[in-house]
Amino acid sequence: MKYRLAERHKLLRVITKMLVPPIMLFGLYVQFHGDYGPGGGFQAGIIFATGIALYGIVFGLDKAKAVFPMGWARNMIAGGVLLYAGTGVWSMLQGAQFLNYNVLAHEVAHAQHYGILLVEFGVGMTVAGVIIAIFYSFAGRPPRMSDEDW
Amino acid sequence: MEIYVNVVLMGMLAIIALAIVRVRHLFAAVMLAGVYSLVAAIVFVSLDAVDVAFTEAAVGAGVSTLLFLGALALTTRREKVTPNRSFVPLLVVLAIGAALVYGTLDLPKFGDPQAPVQTHVAPFYIQDTRDSIQIPNIVTTVLASYRGFDTLGEVVVVFTAGIGVILLIGRAHLSQRRHDDDESGEEA
Repeated sequence: MKYRLAERHKLLRVITKMLVPPIMLFGLYVQFHGDYGPGGGFQAGIIFATGIALYGIVFGLDKAKAVFPMGWARNMIAGGVLLYAGTGVWSMLQGAQFLNYNVLAHEVAHAQHYGILLVEFGVGMTVAGVIIAIFYSFAGRPPRMSDEDW
Repeated sequence: MEIYVNVVLMGMLAIIALAIVRVRHLFAAVMLAGVYSLVAAIVFVSLDAVDVAFTEAAVGAGVSTLLFLGALALTTRREKVTPNRSFVPLLVVLAIGAALVYGTLDLPKFGDPQAPVQTHVAPFYIQDTRDSIQIPNIVTTVLASYRGFDTLGEVVVVFTAGIGVILLIGRAHLSQRRHDDDESGEEA
């Protein structure tokens, strides 16, 4: 009996649909709660990218690229580094050393908080973009094995 | 109690590693590698390194398993059995392992407060974070503030790795098209 494509792996599809939003939410939580709890940009970026990758392996690369185009990933890779380095340049423009956050706000505690939040967000963007781009690149190569061979 | 947990986890790691070496079915080997990363993540949790455990679970068990599967789709599903069974690799591995274990004898005891790594700049970071940075997670302050320049370097490394992968295999369809154009050009 042949299944229609939409009916194959129904359990996996339903469970994935339930899992992907909490995974991405957890990624954002790790990103923006990194000052208070464990984690930071590196972990958050990877967790966020895992959500996209899970969606990609269950629903196919084309659907994943429709949700999160490759161009976004590329822009995030460069944008994260620019945001990080830009924070450093901004603190230089305020008259301090490169990446000295103390001048980013009036109160030192707030300034450090903003600086760390900005650079961690840059880290998260670059890491998520790189992981998604690598996943798309690897998964986009034409397979030589048919589904039955697995 | 903690010692038993660690012994069990380390034993599981060793067993899984042996299983990965023994198994000939590559799909099973990839899945076992993912299981290995999950167990390693639990080891990191028991060492109170929750952020490292996040990373290990997401990268080791998640993304790298996926990348292995992607590579597996390009090849066969069984490892070729090589009939030549030499003992030289085993001897090399045992010698290097013995050398590494011998090297650990000189290391300070695990968690020793007098170890050089604990007495250099770490006390300053721990004492100074509360006054000059005022966020509770010291790991984040060291990573993003005290050593922000190092972390910028790490991000650039990740950036470079991503650009390299995109350039090498990310544009496979484009190079394929160019290849076709070249061939048609030769015909004309």
